[in-house]
Amino acid sequence: MPHGNAIEISGLNKWYDDYHALKDIELNVKHGERIVVCGPSGSGKSTLIRCVNSLESHDSGSITVDGILMKDEASINSIRAEVGMVFQQFNLFPHLTILQNLTLGPMKARGMSRKDAEKRAMSLLERVRIPDQAHKKPSGLSGGQQQRVAIARSLCMEPKIMLFDEPTSALDPEMISEVLDVIVDLAEDGMTMIVVTHEMGFARRAADRMIFMDHGEIIETGTPEQFFEAPKTERCKQFLAQILQH
Amino acid sequence: MKLRTAFIVLSCVALAGCAATPGTWGWYVIDPRTPNGYNNIRFLINGMGATIVLSLVAAAMSMTIGMLVALPGMSANRWIRLPSRVYIEFVRAIPLLPMLFWVFYGLPVVLKSMGISVSIDAFWGAVITLAISDSAFTAEIYRSGIQSINKGQTEAAKTVGLNYRQTMRYVILPQAIKRILPPLANQFIYIVKMSAFASVIGMQELTRRANELVVTEYRPLEIYSLLILEYLVLVLIISFFVRWLERKMGSDESKV
Ligand SMILES: Nc1ncnc2c1ncn2[C@@H]1O[C@H](COP(=O)(O)OP(=O)(O)OP(=O)(O)O)[C@@H](O)[C@H]1O
Ligand SMILES: [Mg+2]
Repeated sequence: MPHGNAIEISGLNKWYDDYHALKDIELNVKHGERIVVCGPSGSGKSTLIRCVNSLESHDSGSITVDGILMKDEASINSIRAEVGMVFQQFNLFPHLTILQNLTLGPMKARGMSRKDAEKRAMSLLERVRIPDQAHKKPSGLSGGQQQRVAIARSLCMEPKIMLFDEPTSALDPEMISEVLDVIVDLAEDGMTMIVVTHEMGFARRAADRMIFMDHGEIIETGTPEQFFEAPKTERCKQFLAQILQH
Repeated sequence: MKLRTAFIVLSCVALAGCAATPGTWGWYVIDPRTPNGYNNIRFLINGMGATIVLSLVAAAMSMTIGMLVALPGMSANRWIRLPSRVYIEFVRAIPLLPMLFWVFYGLPVVLKSMGISVSIDAFWGAVITLAISDSAFTAEIYRSGIQSINKGQTEAAKTVGLNYRQTMRYVILPQAIKRILPPLANQFIYIVKMSAFASVIGMQELTRRANELVVTEYRPLEIYSLLILEYLVLVLIISFFVRWLERKMGSDESKV
């Protein structure tokens, strides 16, 4: 295992025009660590994880992923090669079949042969338990299935780190657990991950560490036990009370 | 709809022909049953090939230039965006006829002063002018088609390692093409109609031939009526194709 942390974020600031979206964020993520980020809407959770793979640029501070300091385009490309991402809205490619969704990256970005890419894709579709849908278009699948395809598509690039931005928020309730199960599986295999979610059951099950954000700041961080049993700040208590009601 | 328009126009022409006193109309001038009329109508209709080739070549060039202008026009960097915006605003502001004169009479002088000695004939003068003038519109068609694709698609493409070119080629354009092709085909109608301006620099297309015949036969009403009919037929064929394309793209969309 390489020394150092999987992700090191220090002094990170981000503005949208004159709106201060991220304020002096400090965050280190160890290899194999599973982090759950929660917080009210607009608190900057998405912005934070989107900075990690440079889908958003930042204004000051430094981000180092797997020893690579984010600075120029080359470093951004190397970082993206290490980091997979799953979006709330799936963002599957609607004009391609499920199989093509998975093989596009390996074939075009990595120059893998079709045969090898399809082999890897099929084994990942097995892993997320939808091998029989390989030749359908995404619109032919349920939301839960689409999100599992999106996870498989990320895994097809063999990332060391996975980012999840509210992966179950767009799903019907009965489909949430099928997606969470796949993520828990990944967590148990030792994948480093940051998951933005309000699924507190999942957090208890899979998280090593909880992070609570509000107004662009990290307000509180701790193990799930500390976090749920004895939140330190008032804002965090209120937030937990609110979401645990549902 | 288009068919009905055609029908109405034709009926009006026919009615006018019947209702007017004898002598108003002199269809003999293009009556294929007389040797002179036959030669005349052949002379006129033979301009069709030039109009079509001119329009096709100009459209192909316009589609290429439009893409080259549209892509930097969507950059996040405003300095890359700027030249593209300026080009579009500038080109859209120039009337076609002055641009045609400038390209035909002025451009060779500019090129010569730069040591490039090429003569621009009527065909290329017209092609260049039509292509540039139309490219501002094709660029906007590309831009709106591409920007109609959800930003999440580009982001997903980035996360699976695709670069800009690959993202465009494999993810964005295959989806945007459905929004782009129908208006692009529509824009072709504009080119066909505007190609008539090529007549003023001596290009032997439909309008030029009509003008030349009017000078020798003194029958402007009949000759220009036929001219309008010729464009009408061309445009109707293209519209028919556009409708078909829109239907096909539309039904594809619902399948996705
Ligand atoms: N592209 C943008 N331009 C301007 N402001 C933005 C942009 N993206 C986000 N913001 C603002 O930044 C703040 C943080 O947004 P972010 O999406 O990170 O919040 P979040 O914690 O993920 O919220 P949610 O739970 O609703 O997803 C919000 O106030 C939002 O309005
Ligand atoms: Mg969010």
